[in-house]
Amino acid sequence: MNLEAIGESLPSFVEGLQVTAILLAAALVLGLAAALPLAFARTSTRAWLSKPVWLFTYVIRGTPMLVQLFLLYYGLAQFEAVRESVAWPWLSSAWFCAIAAFAINTCAYTTEILAGALEATPAGEIEAARALGMGRATVMRRILLPSALRRAIPAYSNEAIMMLQGTSLASIVTLLDLTGAAREMNSRTYLPFEAFLTAAAFYLALTFALVSLFHLAERRWLAHLAPRR
Amino acid sequence: MLHGYAASLLEGTGLTLAVAAASLAIACVLGLATAAARLSGSRLARALGAAYTTVVRGVPDLVLMLLVFYGGQMAVNALAAQLGYEGFLDIDPFVAGIATIGFIFGAYLAETFRGAILAIPAGQREAGLAFGMGRLQVLLRITLPQMVRLALPGFTNNWLVLVKSTALVSIIGLNDMMQRAGQAAGATREPFTFYLAAAAIYLAITTVSLLALRALEKRYSLGVRLAR
Repeated sequence: MNLEAIGESLPSFVEGLQVTAILLAAALVLGLAAALPLAFARTSTRAWLSKPVWLFTYVIRGTPMLVQLFLLYYGLAQFEAVRESVAWPWLSSAWFCAIAAFAINTCAYTTEILAGALEATPAGEIEAARALGMGRATVMRRILLPSALRRAIPAYSNEAIMMLQGTSLASIVTLLDLTGAAREMNSRTYLPFEAFLTAAAFYLALTFALVSLFHLAERRWLAHLAPRR
Repeated sequence: MLHGYAASLLEGTGLTLAVAAASLAIACVLGLATAAARLSGSRLARALGAAYTTVVRGVPDLVLMLLVFYGGQMAVNALAAQLGYEGFLDIDPFVAGIATIGFIFGAYLAETFRGAILAIPAGQREAGLAFGMGRLQVLLRITLPQMVRLALPGFTNNWLVLVKSTALVSIIGLNDMMQRAGQAAGATREPFTFYLAAAAIYLAITTVSLLALRALEKRYSLGVRLAR
């Protein structure tokens, strides 16, 4: 182990850590925001609402995120209309494509998680709310969402951790995230063990941080399910 | 539509499937061994198993793959130099790819297998032992057949994620479907078409696997009554 080389590259790893954190946060926030309405559509009894969402999640969950990223980053340039459009500076940037691909991917998984949580709502709770005279929107806001979001926390924490690891793909489209910093260090110093083990340590620390964060969230919002102490 | 690259893509699909199958074999062996270690009486084995599953599940596949590919190259050459070998040894990306993916999914499968074994009532094992079966007989006749049924849903998930992970081997230079799609995209300047074709092939693989594994699950659940 060449600790000196690791120390010299540490600043670029810290910068990479920031890039990874930004990618992860942006993807999770956008993905979750889009997944909320989609989850309601997915659980709808109307086929024209639920089927397209089912198809979306099936296709996204059935293909590798790398392909989705390449479709956006390399694929879009194939169409002249896209190249000529005003959005092209955005669509050709690695940042935009990476965040878009990650957000779409996590949105599909989150939609399924939330839809499962919504469907697990006991029928009696909804009937009780209707009997009290609540309208559809009120039932959604006061009954369905609060309990479904709580129930979704454990599964969602897994998804967030998978997404953290997925952000490493950003290094393939030239972004200097944690993996990018390690690849750059490896090609500069020819010290693969030092480079990739350092990145692995950073990812492990991030994973543990996420796990304990979600643990706190579960203690706060799922306290009623915790074993009695 | 594919400008004559369809055959190349299909050849690459074969390689993708080969990588997936070989990785799965490694992962199953590692997963079973690790599940056994985590359930064993030895504290050291339990700690090692727990460390393996925790660390591997906390680090991205890509980082591990690059570590094995570049690091393995260096380690093999250092070892060869120690043994007095003068030349330079190249690590085969196929070997590096299946070793890494097998190593990663061994950790995920270990958790699946462990959960399945724990879900079998202890009384069944004890009953087997009381009937005079040996430990191996109990394993083969009682634990394993029931474990298959209980592990199948988790196994299906892991296999689907594994298939998608194989797309990463193109990064370390293996000529799989993903890389062939990239080559065709570069030659024809139609990247969208070819990456879409790659996506369709992955979707076909996952769909067929899903249907096959669901049928298998049904077969193994024949003796189980469903409350419906």
